[in-house]
Amino acid sequence: MSSDSFDIEKIALLARLKLTDEEKTRLGRQFAGILEHIDRLNQLDTENVEPTSHVLPLQNVFREDEVKQTFEDGKYLPLAPRQDKEHYEVPQIL
Amino acid sequence: MHQPTIIQARHQLKEKKYSAVELLDAVYKRIDVVDGKVKAYIHLTRDIAHRQAEEADQKLAAGEDAPLLGVPIALKDLICMKGTHTTCASHILENFVSPYDATVVKRLKEAGAVLIGKTNMDEFAMGSSNENSYFHVTKNPWDLNHVPGGSSGGSGAAVAANECMGALGSDTGGSIRQPAAFCGITGLKPTYGRVSRFGLVAFASSFDQIGPMTKTAEDAAILMNVIGGHDPMDSTSADVPLPDFTAALSNDVKGLKVGIPKEYFGKGLNADIEKTVLEAIKTLESMGMQAVEVSLPHTEYAVAAYYILACAEASANLSRYDGVKYGYRSEHADNLMDMYTNTREEGFGEEVKRRILLGTFVLSSGYYDAYYLKGQKARTLIKQDFEEAYKKCDLMVGPIAPAPAFKLGEKLDDPLQMYLSDIFTISANLAGIPAMSIPCGQSKDNLPIGLQLMGKHFDEETLLNVAHRYQHTTDHHLQHPTL
Repeated sequence: MSSDSFDIEKIALLARLKLTDEEKTRLGRQFAGILEHIDRLNQLDTENVEPTSHVLPLQNVFREDEVKQTFEDGKYLPLAPRQDKEHYEVPQIL
Repeated sequence: MHQPTIIQARHQLKEKKYSAVELLDAVYKRIDVVDGKVKAYIHLTRDIAHRQAEEADQKLAAGEDAPLLGVPIALKDLICMKGTHTTCASHILENFVSPYDATVVKRLKEAGAVLIGKTNMDEFAMGSSNENSYFHVTKNPWDLNHVPGGSSGGSGAAVAANECMGALGSDTGGSIRQPAAFCGITGLKPTYGRVSRFGLVAFASSFDQIGPMTKTAEDAAILMNVIGGHDPMDSTSADVPLPDFTAALSNDVKGLKVGIPKEYFGKGLNADIEKTVLEAIKTLESMGMQAVEVSLPHTEYAVAAYYILACAEASANLSRYDGVKYGYRSEHADNLMDMYTNTREEGFGEEVKRRILLGTFVLSSGYYDAYYLKGQKARTLIKQDFEEAYKKCDLMVGPIAPAPAFKLGEKLDDPLQMYLSDIFTISANLAGIPAMSIPCGQSKDNLPIGLQLMGKHFDEETLLNVAHRYQHTTDHHLQHPTL
């Protein structure tokens, strides 16, 4: 895998980041170096190696579905940058 | 007032040499005097701390006791404490006030701790120098021209500069151990799953772990007794019994086999570090432990695997900062997409953007197998290295970082060099094992050097035991910076 494949405009859009031209140039240059380092993983033969997503042997954690109040009412909506008493406000969608 | 450890403060409070309020006032006075130089804190929680100290005094007067009753403790500013700011040193959370307590905070409060403030860090715990904070740069108390390390550099500097009795940090790739080494204090990253992550702002969820940063191993054991243990609020918290870590301190260390991973020495290791760490190994041998050479052959791949996996997890975790439910929102947008992208562009610092982009890339269609899956397989190989090595030893020791604290600004323009400086700490996070840093000497320039102890899964006891006995034999942990 080559680091040339890094299309910063496309990745920034996927990441919902708007980068300045200056950032695109600088970050693009830095990514080339970082990906070159990362490409050393290709030296490893991982044909028969299982991936590790988690270090502990955790299975699904189940519990009884009890009704209880986790958080206090009315504490969360006011944290939003824009809201009225009942809902979050966002710019026009359609 | 003298610079008490947690255990000394506990004794002196019980003996009524001073009250909890007097101790708190002395700590804030110290902060007022030195923090203008060190800049370890983002926020002080004076009112809350004062109430907690008054309450502690009432309980002390009534003859009640609790493990941390009246002891001033600081929190890294990514741990939620109800009613106080939790900024993660980011513009995007600059005005965020936690609506609830993290489990560790709940447990500290129940143990009687006095929570004095929130310490500086690299934004969202991404960094090795504290230079990525949105607010200010914390300085190394040993030399104000050097970094305190990161990302828990504020906690490290606060403990070293005696601006608290102890602190909590978090460690995703070395963020407790490296600042502990750079600041000359004791820091423990527990086994993954040992301490609840509920209320810890997420960076990379399969790596993040909260742990103590203290003046001594004994103090670290006291904090571990309080913060450790299963928590139903964190589904990755391990349901295993919590030992009494302080009881383990006095165990006999004679005959323990100490593995020396050969890949942690040689090329690229600063001469002062190598000499000091080898001396520490001699000391461990003189204490009756037996050094054996072991190998962690995939060490050179750890940084690459870590930055793939941690950035991938970060890109997913940080997608929640969208300007809708909490945090900063850009004023410059008249449609939803621009609101998202402008909010994140204005709200995140450059290192955070770099890691979100890298993580998004390795998870993107067409690259998942080549990067993310490959990284997960490399993680398996690194984990197997440890399993093999622990067949020959009870714990391993080595350096924490390739060099002592570097100068402010030195690595700021070269992110890869900054990442590579994490080479010796990252593997413990990939394998999920516990690891700690204890002071073992100083460089020619009088900068502290840390010794890394790495243990088997859920065997923090052996690390704390060896660290405590080492601190009985040596006085490196008793050295303090002059400010």
